[in-house]
Amino acid sequence: MTDKILLSHGSGGKLAHDLIQFSFLSAWANPILSRLDDAAVIEVKGRLAFTTDNYVVQPIFFPGGDIGKLAVCGTVNDLAMVGAIPHYLSLAFIIEEGLSLNDLEMVVNSIKQTAKTAGVDIIAGDTKVVNHGCADKLFINTTGIGTIPSGVNISGHHARRGDAVILSGTIGDHGIAVLSQREGLDFTTELKSDCAPLNGLVAEILGVSTNIHCLRDPTRGGLASILNEVAEQSGVSIRIEESKIPVREEVSSACDMLGLDPLYVANEGKLVAIVDPKDTEAILEQMRKNQYGQNAAIIGEVGEEHPGRVVMKTRLGTSRIVDVVVGEPLPRIC
Amino acid sequence: MKLMSDFRQSELALGLVSSIRHHATKQARFMEFCGGHTVAIMKFGLRQLLPPTLTLTAGPGCPVCVTDNADLDKAIALAGLPNVIVATFGDMMRVPGSRSSLQEAKADGSDVRIVYSTLDALALARANPKKSVVFIGIGFETTAPTVAASVLQAAQEGLNNYYVLSLHKLCPPVIKALLDSGEVNLQGLICPGHVSAVIGSKPWEFIASDYGVPCVVSGFEPLDILQCIDMLAQQVATGEAKVEIAYRRGVTPEGNPTALKIMEQVFKPAPARWRGFGKVAVSGLALRPKFERFDAERSLDFNPGPTVIPEDCICGDVLRGVKTPPQCTLFGRVCTPLNPVGPCMVSSEGSCAAYYHYGGNND
Amino acid sequence: MCLAIPARINTINGTEAEVKIGGITRKASLMLTPDARVGDYVLLHTGYAINIINQIEAEQTLALFAEIAKLTELE
Repeated sequence: MTDKILLSHGSGGKLAHDLIQFSFLSAWANPILSRLDDAAVIEVKGRLAFTTDNYVVQPIFFPGGDIGKLAVCGTVNDLAMVGAIPHYLSLAFIIEEGLSLNDLEMVVNSIKQTAKTAGVDIIAGDTKVVNHGCADKLFINTTGIGTIPSGVNISGHHARRGDAVILSGTIGDHGIAVLSQREGLDFTTELKSDCAPLNGLVAEILGVSTNIHCLRDPTRGGLASILNEVAEQSGVSIRIEESKIPVREEVSSACDMLGLDPLYVANEGKLVAIVDPKDTEAILEQMRKNQYGQNAAIIGEVGEEHPGRVVMKTRLGTSRIVDVVVGEPLPRIC
Repeated sequence: MKLMSDFRQSELALGLVSSIRHHATKQARFMEFCGGHTVAIMKFGLRQLLPPTLTLTAGPGCPVCVTDNADLDKAIALAGLPNVIVATFGDMMRVPGSRSSLQEAKADGSDVRIVYSTLDALALARANPKKSVVFIGIGFETTAPTVAASVLQAAQEGLNNYYVLSLHKLCPPVIKALLDSGEVNLQGLICPGHVSAVIGSKPWEFIASDYGVPCVVSGFEPLDILQCIDMLAQQVATGEAKVEIAYRRGVTPEGNPTALKIMEQVFKPAPARWRGFGKVAVSGLALRPKFERFDAERSLDFNPGPTVIPEDCICGDVLRGVKTPPQCTLFGRVCTPLNPVGPCMVSSEGSCAAYYHYGGNND
Repeated sequence: MCLAIPARINTINGTEAEVKIGGITRKASLMLTPDARVGDYVLLHTGYAINIINQIEAEQTLALFAEIAKLTELE
């Protein structure tokens, strides 16, 4: 019996069949998936939200999560950011031959746990195995389907002058947790990735307000990037205050050491809500009741002076532009 | 006491700003030599706090920005050799050479790894005995001793697959070249705090005594820089010119003798090409003959190809403080952080990148 | 050349130290600061301690800033 993934596991024969039956199916069992037809047949009413994503994180296991948990959370969160209730996910693997079965098992289990927490079913999948060196251990592709309740209309185009900008918690946790595991950077920290499914939190705040205009999760590119995106999409300016943005000490220390800016570091369990100011307090209070929103804070507001621009008031009371990131933020010495 | 955040307190900043306004009665232009200071000034919006009598001009202290295209081409050529791993600080990855960049070389299949420290490069050499690990040595006197220490370590361990491409540069000679050129009229110099932690404050004395320019060695937190500007303004007001240390917790007049000794043991001063200045005598560092076997230039066979400098790129003028980034015809139009023409735009410390990212309302 | 941050020495093993910066820990080389002791704060640059921080000077500098702030308040 082999203890690692071989090319045969992806070629549709007995090894592949066994992998599906005893690993994937037994972990993610649900009536739709168990039919094992070529396509999942589902009936969904109302407005659909549909998303797709690829996960190529290195390393595949990191403090606070792994690529499997990330794949489920990332997809669920994309749906939640348009106010959708996530229902179904597809999950496709590209596995590098030689990946240990143990590692794959751990990822499969992680997907199972996370899907359960998020309340979603995996209903379609695929597995391919490629030659050694042609994929970095494991790549995961997902798609997600959700339904948007009537009356919910959330988009990056809807930010308006006077809106409050609420951040659900500390920034930079995921990016720094992953970086701490990378060869060549070598530092230890108790910090864990904040990877989490946010659909529950979103449902709760939608329950206390019908005036949530935009929702965004600051993944790659960090808080700075999504604020710039919304400013661009809505043709508004966004003003934030440095002293109001929650950052853990470990994150600011690591950023100081490596020459990174927390505003640009990835998060996988945070969201930004841009809301009508009259509902700010109610939304904030509701967020803080949720385990994923305990450190929620109002960090700024929407204006009109410089459409497409994000400006930050520094701790010293001066202001600076928060630009979009160019390329990957790289650790530097200067 | 929190050694970083305590030096960012806004209440204390207000006091320093008032003191600056009180002392800065005469028009004065101060240059911050070090790219780290340029970034801190932009990031904290410090220009907005200064009175109209004071102007700050960025100088050539960005070790990546002043790296000549020819030297960049050497690093890229080394990356193209078989069985070579190039280990580099992140700063160098996106900087354009004559034809390519380390980032592009990586995309083309070269083994280029970003490291935080030469300690990581040494670890790569130990883990890959059949490959040559070439560390791209950039930086001024802050970094050179760390690279020297890594060479001594490699020699001690008999690690014969570790090499250094020394592109290190020395600060005092280029400041002298800048002052000799007469192109910039300076009334004060904000001296680099971490270079000075190694070399001390004495090497700056010639600037005050021979050129009559006040010098103050500054740390990098906003309060440090404000204190430094206040001290410079006071010297200008009284007509003095001397070297003072504001960054007293990190810098002494003699510097760090051990670091200097190690640097001198491994490196010798050599001529170097500085972007914007051309060849400046005795302003770079080369490995001494004793450590020749660790010198990538002498021990490895590679061809960097012909050097090409893009037309219209005025990085040189910006580095010498003669022009500001917005005065470059390429700035923001052709030359952006996404498509940098010259290193001043892509280096995180480059003036052009700082202007582009942190914005116009910093003037 | 510039990115050096204060780090506290937790343990020393020959020329290597374990240092703490805020909430993270890292190895650092003390080859350039052989006189550094456990409990000292050093300036950490690319994994090496390049100088020992003078904590008394640090406190005095902050006290100076506080004094300046008081004086300017009185104006």
